[in-house]
Formats: sequence, structure tokens, C-alpha cells
Amino acid sequence: MLKRLRENKSSQGTLLISPTLVFMVGLLIIPLILTLIISFGKRSPDGNVIYTFGLHNYIRILGISTDCPGGQAVCFDPLYANILWRSLSLAFNSTVLVISLAYPLAYFIARAHPIKRNTFLFMVLVPLWTNFVIRVYAWMMLLRTQGVINSVLGWLAGLVGLPFTPLEMLYTPGAVLVGMVYEFLPFMILPIFTSLEKIDNSLYEAAADLGANPIRTFFRVTLPLSMPGVVAGTILVFIPVMGTFIVSDLLGGKQVILIGNLIQRQFLDARDPTFGSAASLILMAMTLIVTFFYTRKFGFGEEIVAA
Amino acid sequence: MSEFAVELRDVVKRFPTPEGGEVFAVNHVTMQIKNGEFFSMLGSSGCGKTTSLRMVAGFEWPTEGEVYIEGVPQGHTPPFKRPVNTVFQNYALFQHMTVYQNVAFGLEMEGAGKQEIARRVGHALEMVQMTGMERRYPRQMSGGQQQRIALARAIVKTPNVLLLDEPLGALDLKLRKEMQLELKALQQKLGITFVYVTHDQEEALTMSDRIAVMSQGKVMQMGTPVEIYERPNCKFVADFIGTSNFMEGRVKSLESGRASVFVPPLNAEVTGFAAENVSVGDEVAISIRPEKIRLADKPALTQNCFEGTVVNTSYIGSDTRLHVDLNGMTMKVWEQNKISSLDPAAYYTVGQKVWLTLFPENTLVLPKE
Repeated sequence: MLKRLRENKSSQGTLLISPTLVFMVGLLIIPLILTLIISFGKRSPDGNVIYTFGLHNYIRILGISTDCPGGQAVCFDPLYANILWRSLSLAFNSTVLVISLAYPLAYFIARAHPIKRNTFLFMVLVPLWTNFVIRVYAWMMLLRTQGVINSVLGWLAGLVGLPFTPLEMLYTPGAVLVGMVYEFLPFMILPIFTSLEKIDNSLYEAAADLGANPIRTFFRVTLPLSMPGVVAGTILVFIPVMGTFIVSDLLGGKQVILIGNLIQRQFLDARDPTFGSAASLILMAMTLIVTFFYTRKFGFGEEIVAA
Repeated sequence: MSEFAVELRDVVKRFPTPEGGEVFAVNHVTMQIKNGEFFSMLGSSGCGKTTSLRMVAGFEWPTEGEVYIEGVPQGHTPPFKRPVNTVFQNYALFQHMTVYQNVAFGLEMEGAGKQEIARRVGHALEMVQMTGMERRYPRQMSGGQQQRIALARAIVKTPNVLLLDEPLGALDLKLRKEMQLELKALQQKLGITFVYVTHDQEEALTMSDRIAVMSQGKVMQMGTPVEIYERPNCKFVADFIGTSNFMEGRVKSLESGRASVFVPPLNAEVTGFAAENVSVGDEVAISIRPEKIRLADKPALTQNCFEGTVVNTSYIGSDTRLHVDLNGMTMKVWEQNKISSLDPAAYYTVGQKVWLTLFPENTLVLPKE
């Protein structure tokens, strides 16, 4: 038995992946199949699942309704379509904003002196030591009507004798965007930093030697060579932003409902696991489609290997 | 136009050290590189040759002194405004661009038109014999091919001065030898000035019109390959270039360029060419190349002739290389095998007594430092 294993490369491979395989089948594949089955079912009056086969949950999410205020047979109810669209555009905006904040910072760190560089990287990572939810609560403290930002602004207004009405910042789409950007910034900084750091200094020198000023060097050499980092970071940021519900729940209140919140409420408040399952699968499908087209265009961020 | 393509006037470059001090990378260097010259800076690592080249390219700025390119002082001119191009040691090709895009890059920065770029890129690739490689990526090419592309990328802008920082360092010996000849031919064809940095003395001797031998941030000697080899001006250069035998002694007399030096182990005087800055009473080094010592059974001259014992011989085909003990000093002697013979008696054997003749015209009297 052992002797056979020593000689057979393919059974070695099977042995090596089997723990992960068991884990993935038990905790991902089987639950996914269950979710799919449940999503076709119906909710019983007491909140249990009646196993039938119907596409009613999907029809409901897409907004095709038979219960119309105008009395028509079929009409479009944009409630869930709006939630889907809001989630998608928030994920897009957050990712763009994260890139525009992370790139300059990663560039700065990559070009810093090696000793300082480690300190800066450390500072980027320190917030990750604190729990995700606690950091979101910290933002609530900052953004509240009686929060830190309003207090400081009020104090400043008082100094110059201006009237001050506290800003309504918490429970707005802006607060959710700020929270998302804050939470996911490190996941963009690190891959961009890694790809920038790999660029040999002599390439910048070669570009300058051939007559490129620093701006043209950036757009013709630095940016293209660091794209793998941007692509990897985008995947790391876009997918979780699409699915997360904590940030929008705490910073958006009831104002900003995302698909993550919808799913959570279907399972916990509305007690309709069938509709929740359908929404989960729609989220997965949307994420897969966006990621598919994105990686088709830009790759997975590993094409350019430094020589 | 200035007589000199590149000129370094009393250039100093100091770098701060992590301990807070300063280190001289280049220490008061003055060089005048003529138009159309193949000029090499030769030295071991840390001698300041690369830093000097980088100051010409504009990647570093002198702490003191001034770099002139075609008579124009460069001051703090950034590299992208200097009329020179560089071939980098690691090639520094843009991995995300094809060969064509790499070579075209410099022309695009000049704002040349599409057709002109195509024509000039084609010509540059032809010069380095890389026609047909336009669509390849650097990572799909061998080291030697990448080297040629780096060369094409630098010459496509038709600079008057091309700077080369150990461009052949990463190639294997055979390819290096081929590329040496090709580079020299290319330089003559283009008629432009090459400033070449290398630690390989054979490479420098083969290719250069003139060589600056550098050590510890200073130029020790500047001259043609023949001057550097045949008339080193100090012990360092004689030792660094080729192989030399050294004997130490004190100058007794000096007459019309000839010095007589008393050498204690021989208890005799040796006469030879005196270097410029040698004077009577100096402690000096006598230097003679192994191939320039005459071996014989009898003394050939009345002076500069000494009897020794062969302690080691090695036959290497063209030469026989011997170690001869001379009153406790080991002299290296290379005898050319000019006569084809199978008779062991035709060759020197270990333990044999021989006479070494150091012809005064082959013997150099050099300052110790």
C-alpha cells in the first residue's frame, strides 16, 4: 500500500488534496445544492420549507408581479431590481474609490526606503488585527449626529461664531461607501504594492534614458507593469463588497439595503429561506458574471511575470 | 562641437552610509573622452566605474565637479534630457512590450511619426541582426538575443554617445567573445563614441581605443591598451592588468629614464625603465611580465642576470609556465614553445639551475602606491 503510494504520482495527488476536497464538498458543494433545492420551494405559513419545484422566487426577484396596484394581470415591481442595482453600483464605486486611494499609497510605500517600507506595511495591516464589526462601530462613533466629526465641526464653528447644524452623515449611502472603502483598502494596497515592488529600478532608468519624463514613464511603464496587482486587488475587493451586509446594516440603517441585507433578513426576520436562497444564488450568479468578464479582459493578474 | 564627446572635470561623488558617514564612490576623477572613441572604464567592483557612467547618463549627480557632454555642462539635467543612451547590465527591457515596442519607445518619446519609427526600428534591428523578432516578447528570447534588443533600443535614437554598463556580463564566455567583436564592429560602423564599463581586462584590451583603469574611486592610469599593458604607471596597474613579477628595492641612481634599484634579496642592482614619478632614494616595485623574462643555461648580460632553481613547471601547449626560485623570491616565467619536440631534454625540469635575464627595456621601476 505505502509502496504503491510512493511510486504513484496520481494517488499522491489525491491524498494531498483529499482533506481540502472533503472540506469543500461537505461545506460548499452540498450546501450549495441544498440552497438550490430550497430556492425552488415554498414557504409554509409557520416559516418552514415546502419542497416543491417552482421558479416563483426568481420571478419575484426579477420584479414580475401579478399583484398590481393598477389591476393589470402582470406588471414590473422594481423593489428587488433596485436592491440588486444598488449593490452592483456600490461595489463598483467602492472598488474604483479603493483603487484610487490604494494606488498612490502603494506606490509611495514601494518607493520608500526598505527600512521605512516595513513600518508602512505594518501600519497598513494593524487595523486588520481588530474585528471587522468593531471597526464599523468605530465609524458609527465618528459619523453620528453627536459623533466625533460633528462635535469637532461644531466646536470650530463656535470658535468663529458661526451657527452650526450637525451634519446627517450616518445612515446615508455615503456612510456605507466610506465604510466599504475603509474596510477593504488593505486588500487593494497589498497586491498593488507587491507588483510595484517587483518592478526593477533599472526599468525606470531605462525609460528616462530613452527620453520619457516621469509622467510618461508612469503611464507607459509603471502602470502597465503594476496592472496584475490592480486586477488581483479588484477581485479581492469587488466580490466581498457585493456580498457583505454588516457595513450597510450598521452605517446605512434601513436607508441602504443591499442584496446582502436582503438575504440576511429573509432568513432571520421574514423567515422565508426559499426566497433567501434564491437571492443568494442570484448574488452568486451576478458576482460570477462580473468576475468572468473582468478576468477575461484583464486576466487573473499573473500574466506579467518579472524576468 | 566640442573636441570631447564626454568630459568629467574633477568629479566627486559621495554617498551617505547607513552609519551616518560618507563614502567616496568617485574621488576627484577627470576624464576626457574623444569623439568616436571606444573608451573603457576598467576596474574591480566598487572602483567607481559604474557610478561615473551613471553620472554621465544622469542617474546620479556629482557631489562636486562637472560632467560635460559635447561641451555642455550637465549640472542637474535629468536623464531624459541628455543626448546619451544607455545599455544596461541586466538589459532592462520592458517585459510588457514586444521587441518592436521596446525599440520604438525612445522614438515615440521624441514624437517621431509612425512611418519614421517603423523605418528606424527596422534599421536598428538590422544593425544587431534581430530582424524578424519584432513581435516577440523579451521573455521569449535568450540572454544573447535580449542583449541585442537592448542594444538596438539604445542605438535607435542615434545618440552621439552610447553608454554601456557591463553589457556582456551575463553572457557565457563564447557568446561574450563573439559579442565583443560585434560591438567593436558596430561602434566603427556607427562612428559614435562608446563609453564602456567592464571588470574584464581582456574585454577592455580587445575592444578599447583607450582605457581608464580605476581603483577606489580614482583613475590610476589612462591610455591605449598597449600603453596600459606595456607601460603601467604604478604597481596597482601592473598587477591588475595581466600578470607581473614584483621585486622590492630602493632607487640608487636615475639617469635618462633608467633607474638602478638595489634589491636586498638579490644583494644586487637591477636596472629598468623608471616611471615618471620615481626619484632617487624611493622605495619602489620592480615589475616584469612573465613572458618577458629570458631563461638560459648561461648569463646573457653582465647585469640584470640571476641564477635560480626551477621549482615547478606546467606545460600548457603554447607555453610552458615555470616557477623559478630566486633567493627566496618566486618568479613566474612563461616560455613560448617555439620548437616542436618530444625530447624531454628540450624542456626545463624541476630542480634545474637556470639563469634569468631581466632585460632593462622590459623591466619597469614603479612607485609602490
